[in-house]
Amino acid sequence: MNGFTAPSIEYALLAPFLIVVGAAVLGVLVEAVAPRRSRYWIQFLIAILGLAAALVSTLTTVAGRLGDQPKGTGGVIAAMGALAIDGPTVFTWGLLLILGILGLLLFAERGLEGGVTSFAGQASALPGTEAERLASAQGLEHTETFPLLMTAVSGMMLFPAANDLLTLFVALEVFSLPLYLLCGLARRRRLLSQEAALKYFLLGAFASAFLVYGIALTYGYAGSMGYAQIAEAVGSRTSGHGLLLAGIGLIAVSMLFKIGAAPFHAWTPDVYQGAPTAVTGFMASLTKVAAFGALLRIFYVAFGGARWDWLPLFYVIAILTMVVGSVLALSQSDIKRLLAYSSIAHAGFLLVGFLGARSLAASGTNDVNAVQAVLFYLVTYGFMTMAAFAIVTLVRDSSGETTALSSWAGLGKESPVVAGLFAFLLLAMAGIPLTSGFMGKLAVFTAAYRGGAGFAVVAAVLVSAVAAVFYIRLIVLMFFTERTGDGPSVATPSWMTTTVIAVGTAMTLILGLVPGPLLEMLGRVAAFIR
Amino acid sequence: MAPWLTILILVPLVGAVALALLPGKPGSGLPRQFALGVSLLTLVLTIVVAAGFDAGGGFQYVEDHTWIRSFGAHYALGVDGIGLSLVVLTALLAPVVMLASWNDGDALTGAAAGLRPEPRWSSRAFFAWMLALEGLAIGVFAATDLVLFYVFFEATLIPIYFLVAGWGGHDRSRAALKFLIYSLVGGLIMLASVVGLYVQSAKAGPPSYLISDLANLDISTNAGRWLFAGFFIAFAIKAPMFPVHTWLPDTTEQATPGTSVLLVSILDKIGTFGMIRFCLGIFPEASTWATPFVIVLALISIIYGALVAIGQNNISRLIAFTSVSHFGLIVLGIFVMNPQGQVGANLYMFNHGLSTAALFLVTGFLITRRGSALISDFGGVEKVAPVLAGLLLVSGLSSLSLPGLSPFVSEFLVLVGAFKYSAWVAALAVPAIVLAALYILLMYQRTMTGPLREHSASITDLVPREVLAIAPVMVLIVLLGFWPKPLTTVLNPAVDATLSHVGVSPAAPAVDATEGSQQ
Repeated sequence: MNGFTAPSIEYALLAPFLIVVGAAVLGVLVEAVAPRRSRYWIQFLIAILGLAAALVSTLTTVAGRLGDQPKGTGGVIAAMGALAIDGPTVFTWGLLLILGILGLLLFAERGLEGGVTSFAGQASALPGTEAERLASAQGLEHTETFPLLMTAVSGMMLFPAANDLLTLFVALEVFSLPLYLLCGLARRRRLLSQEAALKYFLLGAFASAFLVYGIALTYGYAGSMGYAQIAEAVGSRTSGHGLLLAGIGLIAVSMLFKIGAAPFHAWTPDVYQGAPTAVTGFMASLTKVAAFGALLRIFYVAFGGARWDWLPLFYVIAILTMVVGSVLALSQSDIKRLLAYSSIAHAGFLLVGFLGARSLAASGTNDVNAVQAVLFYLVTYGFMTMAAFAIVTLVRDSSGETTALSSWAGLGKESPVVAGLFAFLLLAMAGIPLTSGFMGKLAVFTAAYRGGAGFAVVAAVLVSAVAAVFYIRLIVLMFFTERTGDGPSVATPSWMTTTVIAVGTAMTLILGLVPGPLLEMLGRVAAFIR
Repeated sequence: MAPWLTILILVPLVGAVALALLPGKPGSGLPRQFALGVSLLTLVLTIVVAAGFDAGGGFQYVEDHTWIRSFGAHYALGVDGIGLSLVVLTALLAPVVMLASWNDGDALTGAAAGLRPEPRWSSRAFFAWMLALEGLAIGVFAATDLVLFYVFFEATLIPIYFLVAGWGGHDRSRAALKFLIYSLVGGLIMLASVVGLYVQSAKAGPPSYLISDLANLDISTNAGRWLFAGFFIAFAIKAPMFPVHTWLPDTTEQATPGTSVLLVSILDKIGTFGMIRFCLGIFPEASTWATPFVIVLALISIIYGALVAIGQNNISRLIAFTSVSHFGLIVLGIFVMNPQGQVGANLYMFNHGLSTAALFLVTGFLITRRGSALISDFGGVEKVAPVLAGLLLVSGLSSLSLPGLSPFVSEFLVLVGAFKYSAWVAALAVPAIVLAALYILLMYQRTMTGPLREHSASITDLVPREVLAIAPVMVLIVLLGFWPKPLTTVLNPAVDATLSHVGVSPAAPAVDATEGSQQ
């Protein structure tokens, strides 16, 4: 033994990630020392400054160092091979941080529950007890939600950057555990919220177990955790194929669970419905970004050589996911469940883009490639989903948010602006032109068709028609159905939620009109370092 | 040169946004005056554009800017004779419709009150949607890039949807939804073909969605036929052809007359326009291959539409079915693949726009006065409203292609083309003329002639505004009936270009045939 060699860490390159982790740790410390009254603002400032600083750092240092390299070579394998900082990583970091800031604004919104956040006043108080009443009477609120959010964001940043399976697993746990917790912290309908958290936790634990098993089998096959070594083994080894296939299958299960693809989607509607809406919006958009980033890297880089083994599997799953999401959405009577099924359908469309995988030699420089298309779709999806859930938090009756579809009837009369914006977002989700949703669909369909998955594109187009029906039915409900009884009212939020809605819809419109610059930028960065 | 076509698109669109945002008290007449002004301005600009158009010059007023480089999509506009004629039709009918629908944005009163429920929004929104629709429709006909065309194509659905669902009859929500779902399904099927064309284009080099580039692609026979099918299904739904026409009567039954005009006279032309521009323009081989099948569908549409129209008791549904029959003739003219047929079809697109607009608007005046759209509720109206009856007769006669009125020229040419293709096809299409006489004259006879029915006695004659609205259309119907030359001069070169692309040499001089029919 030669003694201990200190690992070399590229601190400057990892700065965005380290800043977020640092802000999360600082947030925990503040919780211990700051007085209760001032915690909210201190925590909010730490979180937002941390995210903003990380974003600036991503844009300047990291992007600057990668920017002047030719395509596909502008990456660095950092932290002793544990992380790959390349175009897709930096792009997902930027996207996660921007969406993270929007999510944070939803978390910090205090204008809707009479001066407190929409999280439980005291999570340890049992629902319906005297302790709970006391906690709300005193106006208690949990400010731990901010460090939890920061921890989740840090894990999400690590996830698509992971360049070995162990880091992948750690990242998964780092971002999942805070989410389990956040799901159970709703201020209203706490039993539903806690049930959602437990369900998410149990199923998530299963998914993690699948991942660990898959990692073990893959390690057994390749003799290494590193993506590059696995790719090498896939390209050169001739024996032990069964081990590899089992490993790929098990890892795929856990990843598909995280992105909410059928048949591993069952948690999505329950969790989306039960979790506080701010958390749902955060989770729906950021988890998809992180999980798809990781999915792309592991399957394109590590398992790229075995493409013909896993593509058929994903072919089936992509179509199944779209069909399940769209068809089941038709029969939903709750807005959050409907958006959950819609997000399942979107996962299916994203997977269609994922099918556009081609060998490196075959991918031209002129046309849309799969990574570019999927990342673009993630941008469009992230913003429209965040804005849609932000609007869901505004529609309320006396008992808090009212998510039953029947109580959304006639919203267009009650508040034309809010209903109009929501209708616009729904049209975007349906993929109507002049919205970013159309451009996103065009991108993933194009990439998939180009990659030879023409049949999946035809299926996707037919499913889009089904999906359009339930989005439009919701528009009909808001504008063309008379309200029953008292109906909902639309609360006036503080600047925070307003910002989220404004940014989300503006991005949806802008990317629908001029998607060119972003697509071209993605065309330059969308190549993984190997 | 000034970006004329962009201006034509933007003037109504900006007008629509301004109309929606401008302050004003409810019930004021200002919004509709503003909308009419904007549409008249568009009309003037369109006339300037049309005056500067050189009939033999191919695509003109061309604009081309890269829009989305990764997709190869361009913001590219340009009109040939076919595009120009439809842009002119759009710009012409918009002010006509607005003037005719002056009060349709408000709640109906008096005898008509039972016809439609309270509008969902103010008349300001009604006219704003109409302006938006005008701008988008001009965009559809002027786009020379497939993605841009698709974007406009889908975007036109939204104004129509809101116009039907906001101001339509008692079953408006269902009718609007049916229209939207049919159109969306068609559009999405087309999207698959659009994406497929990208792949074909990217194989050949840097991808481009310009129609001129797509037309020169070397597409394999098999791929071409599949992609053709995607486009054709979308346009057949739009046109609408049997068996995907069922949304049209339901929609016109519920829509206000003005909305019906915009829908049938303008937007449905996108279907036949798209068949010429995209099906024939990009897939000549597949179009020739599909000809027998398409012609059979067209013949069924012609006969079926006419027969069903005879059986209708609802005037709006009747006109919708006559349109199904007429669209069958247009499609027949396109796919017989000879100059007579295609010039006829292109003329027909313009003339059908005029005659159907006249028919919808005049019957709309009638329906609003009585509060019922059922033929059986009328009788002897000519005695109390002679002007209305006269105009209904003229528009009806133009719809049944009476010689001397403009649709006759086009229908005659289509039938000549059909005869050249096959005498049997022509023989099957000709009965449409007899059936057209039946459905139009029966309607006229039952509503206008005979003893004055009880509730028809209170029907008043047209007011000057209504006459003024309908007058330009009537004048054009007569004028183009005797002197179709301005239109044919513009259309002929475009038709020749289409046909030579499909591989038919434009040997027979179509203009002579036109002039011959007038002698």
